[in-house]
This record gives sequence, C-alpha cells and structure tokens, in this order.
Amino acid sequence: MSEFNVQQREHGEISVLDLKGYLDAHTAPKLEDAFQDLLAAARFNIIVNCRDLSYISSAGLGVFMAFIEEVRKNEGDIKLTNMTPKVFNVFDLLGFPLLYDITNEEAEAIRKFTEKRK
Amino acid sequence: MRARSLNIESRTDRLVDAREFVSAAAQELGFGDDDIGKIALAVDEACTNVIKHAYHFDGQQYLTITVEAGKNSIEIRITDSGERFDPRELPAPDMKEYLKKFRKGGLGVYLMKKLMDEVEYQLLPGKKNEVRLVKYLDTRHS
Repeated sequence: MSEFNVQQREHGEISVLDLKGYLDAHTAPKLEDAFQDLLAAARFNIIVNCRDLSYISSAGLGVFMAFIEEVRKNEGDIKLTNMTPKVFNVFDLLGFPLLYDITNEEAEAIRKFTEKRK
Repeated sequence: MRARSLNIESRTDRLVDAREFVSAAAQELGFGDDDIGKIALAVDEACTNVIKHAYHFDGQQYLTITVEAGKNSIEIRITDSGERFDPRELPAPDMKEYLKKFRKGGLGVYLMKKLMDEVEYQLLPGKKNEVRLVKYLDTRHS
C-alpha cells in the first residue's frame, strides 16, 4: 500500500496542510477531502508544505488544479512550500511554477499572505 | 537481465507495486536515482490511464507490465484488454493554455512523453492495448 497522510495546522487565518508520503491516483482523494473541508470552512489562505512528500504523480497535481480557481475567486491562494528537488521537478515539467506560488520555506509563504492583508 | 512480468489488478492501490517492480529492474540495469524516479512515474501514469480509461476502475480486470533490457536501455510494455485508449487521438496540450484553464486530469500522457525517450501505443491482436516505454542509459538520448 502506498502511504500518504495529510495533517492540518492553523496559523491565524492561514491553514497549513502537511503532506507526507506518496501522492498518486490511489491517495489523491485524501488530499481532495482535505481541500474540500478547508473550502467548506471558508479557509482560503492555504499553504501546502511538501517537506515530507516523497512522490507525486499527475493525479496529485490534478488536485491542486481542481481547487485553485475556487480558492482564488475567494481572494485566497494555494501556496506550495518546502518541495524536495524530485517533487519540484514534476511540478516544473508541467509548467506549474507559472501558475502556482512555490516557495522554499513555509515562513516566506506566511509572510506573503500576511503582507497581502495589510 | 531477463524479461520479467508483473500482473496486477486494475486497482489504484496496486500502483505502488508497479512502481516498485520497474524501479528494481531499472536499478539492476544501472540507472541512477533520478532516472529510476522518472521511469517509475511514467509507469504509474501509464497504469493509471489503463485503470481509468481502459477499465473504468473495474478492479476485476488485470494489466500486465513487462520489463526487459534493450540495447543500452530499459523497455517497458504495459498491456490491457480494456477499452481502446489511444492518446495519439488527443491533441497535444499547450501547457500554458492548459494550466490557465485549470483543467483537471489528462496530464499523464504529456508527463510520460517528458519523462521517457520513447512512448508508443499500439493495438495488439486479441484486442489488447499496449503502451511501450523506453528510456536509454546513455544521456545523449535524453
């Protein structure tokens, strides 16, 4: 079985999802559920911390694509942080850095959300 | 390395087995970690497409992954007996436009072509679909 976990943390008005393990077509629904819960709770400032994400396939990338539009319509964003080079390379091959805010550190993403509010 | 095959049920929980199967073979053939990751991802995408588009998530069906050593390369064939799925009939996406429209799914074929040196589809006798993936050890080909 591929192992994958999503943990949620709150940082004021920002919600952080910590991803761990292998994100493929089998485990992507777990991430979908996490995003659905956030949107249902009107939490639109979302950081996805990929520090412990070992693997991602297009099924995982599809989850980000499925939610970004609604999140941005609500003046929020999905910011991705702390990717390993291997995971970043997959995002990069598909041109995601054009569309998604990807930062090295979570603190940088938090700062961007905080500055936007001022 | 002699050709070897893995039969798996058409279920997404078997993707991990497909990845591990081809990773072990690629390692045996001398591929580095980066390339092993690319090969495993391409095979995951190919199998996911079969599960979704050929078998429509019918977990009673099977697909076969065969790995063999080519001349300075790894050759992987994924066969199924499901509905015909020929990605060549899909227009190649303009990724910038594609992303702008926030389309979900359909990225797998595009990714496979980026990850592998050769991606070919063919219809085999007995109404079988086959995807053939090749990656060369020699970096001149990549």
